[in-house]
Amino acid sequence: MAKEEYRIIEAEAVVPYELALGGTVSNFFDYLKEEKIMGKRCRKCSRVLVPPRSFCPRCFEEMDEWVEVGQEGVVETWVYINMPFYGQVIKVPYVSAQIRLDGSDSGLTHLIAGFDLTNVNKVREIVKLGGRVKAVWSKEKKGNILDIAYFEPVK
Amino acid sequence: MPKEYRTIRGDVALPYKWALGKTWTRFFDGLKEEKILGTKCTQCGKVFVPARTFCPVCLSDMAEWVEVKPEGEILTWTFVSAKYYGQVKDPPYIIATIKLVGTDCGFHHFIGGVDLSDAKQVRQKLKTGTKVKAVWRPEKKAEILDIAYFAPLK
Amino acid sequence: MGRAVAVIGTGQTKHGRRPDVSYPDMVREVIMVALEDAGITLKDVDGVVHGTMPSMMEGVSSTHLYFAEAIGAVGKPIMKVETCGSTGQSIAHCGFFWVASGMADIVLVVGSEKMNEGDSQATMTTVFDPYFQRVFAAGAPGTFTMQCMEWMYRFKIPEDKGREAAAMVSVSNHDNAMDNPYAHIRMKVTMDDVKNSRIVTYPVRLLDVCPSSDGACAVIFASEEKAKKICKKPAWIKGVGFRGEESFFGESDKSIWPSATEAAQEAYRQAGIKDPLKELDVAEIYNPFTYQEMIFCECFGFCPRGEAPDYVLKGTFKKGGELPCCPSGGTLCTNPIGATGLIRLAETVLQVTGKAGARQVEGAKIALSHAMGGVDQFNGVTIVSSNL
Repeated sequence: MAKEEYRIIEAEAVVPYELALGGTVSNFFDYLKEEKIMGKRCRKCSRVLVPPRSFCPRCFEEMDEWVEVGQEGVVETWVYINMPFYGQVIKVPYVSAQIRLDGSDSGLTHLIAGFDLTNVNKVREIVKLGGRVKAVWSKEKKGNILDIAYFEPVK
Repeated sequence: MPKEYRTIRGDVALPYKWALGKTWTRFFDGLKEEKILGTKCTQCGKVFVPARTFCPVCLSDMAEWVEVKPEGEILTWTFVSAKYYGQVKDPPYIIATIKLVGTDCGFHHFIGGVDLSDAKQVRQKLKTGTKVKAVWRPEKKAEILDIAYFAPLK
Repeated sequence: MGRAVAVIGTGQTKHGRRPDVSYPDMVREVIMVALEDAGITLKDVDGVVHGTMPSMMEGVSSTHLYFAEAIGAVGKPIMKVETCGSTGQSIAHCGFFWVASGMADIVLVVGSEKMNEGDSQATMTTVFDPYFQRVFAAGAPGTFTMQCMEWMYRFKIPEDKGREAAAMVSVSNHDNAMDNPYAHIRMKVTMDDVKNSRIVTYPVRLLDVCPSSDGACAVIFASEEKAKKICKKPAWIKGVGFRGEESFFGESDKSIWPSATEAAQEAYRQAGIKDPLKELDVAEIYNPFTYQEMIFCECFGFCPRGEAPDYVLKGTFKKGGELPCCPSGGTLCTNPIGATGLIRLAETVLQVTGKAGARQVEGAKIALSHAMGGVDQFNGVTIVSSNL
């Protein structure tokens, strides 16, 4: 049989989920609605993690102390994403980054935006490793991570 | 803070392109012509439907094609009343494993041509060993539902 | 380490786009090759280990059940291990543990993927946690590129120098793939081709990135007693290391990548390796991204932190260099994910047994293979040697 006779079936698998946020994540999102970014501190290693964890991933200790962290932070790393894929939530191009908020000991993944993103070379002049950025809040809060609309470079 | 723990609802949707390969392409082409095709293992002599490229028992090539009679008997069956997301058919319906004549395996499909409103009658009509026959869908798409269902022989 | 364990056979499919063959048929193809290579039949196999990336890649949950017969597991104990990209090393370690423990004498380990049947980046994005990171993630490139940026910033590697070295990594892997009949991408590329290719996730360009491949790999592990009986020239497992990290990308320092560093240290400790650059003859690094290969070279102690670009530019890791990396063309030219880490091991086995054909590193006796997986989260390393 010739090769082109071997067919392909095209299909889509759609599976619905209802994910339990649990106490720590529910509360973190509730704080976002009040425009507060809260982390949790580990009693043993004293690290403050944002997003907060119910337990410290290194010490395996319960983390029950809430700490408000800064709404500004430092860009630890960033990436210019120009690659579309099926079901992508944010339209390309966009900048994802790890942001270490003042008073925290981990990187928070979020967007850097608020300026023209079409030309990567112009973006490189605005987004700097080690540069400072600041949270910009969404007007309408939904209790999810996009209640922070994005982070913008501090002038 | 409130002690209310929330949930997030969402779908995960992913697209696929499944390669049928030579054996299953031919099997589905057969359905279009109202033929059920199996393959025979030259080593152990077993016939499998749907056709296989290799024998699941011997792992050897199954190069010999066999047209199988679209008739067989029920090995086991169940009445489905449960609903789930993305279900192909609305319940109630009956699925069965059917041993087609001359084959050495079970074949999965729907059982139709039975009044599902009366459970007692369904139980009387469908038994292990009940003879059934393929009912073809008029419009063929080279897929497993080219056989609409299997119906008990009168 | 338990009992001594050898690899007595390997098999690979021709990797690439395989719409000509169904998934189970493709997997069975590789089993037949590996059994023949080892000179055994399925009857000799005590158990089967299988691995893929997320099963959602092909839209069939628990693929190992779907083609149990294709992996020769009918009537045998079967295990599935899944750690994303590092799956290939995880399943190899599982096979090793099984034989080393004395619970089995011969174990067949199979890794497979058919990435062209799904949307690979959409699937990989489901690896991210659904609350905090998934919306911002862009599959593998988003994460790996962030890691590369962090690394260059941390060690003050000028962007141009990083770019130049990454281009050289690409050129050298593509050159190597020309010698590998199983490789997916087999084409010559120049430094300019790489530097001018399309931006995928800045600063990573198309020729810095691996393809999406269909393919499978099988490796057969055996006890010392069986190996000596069956196989003229087995490869011996001398060390295995595997480490995990936190799931959130921002919680560990990816520029020095603790899991990669510690996995290698553990494997070196078992194998008695003190100076990897001197003692290893060849390395098969999991390098889906050019920049990442350099981070791994540092984590594995091939050169000081922050100096991998210098070593790359002076040719240390090229064919004919002091420690050739990825003579197969690496993950950069072939990436059927669930198989990829196992292909790395199979390639090192071919090297230390002198069966690597045109890609043979002359006189190779001891080699490192590796795979990485998750959101920059898991690393596994295996050391093989021609000597017991």
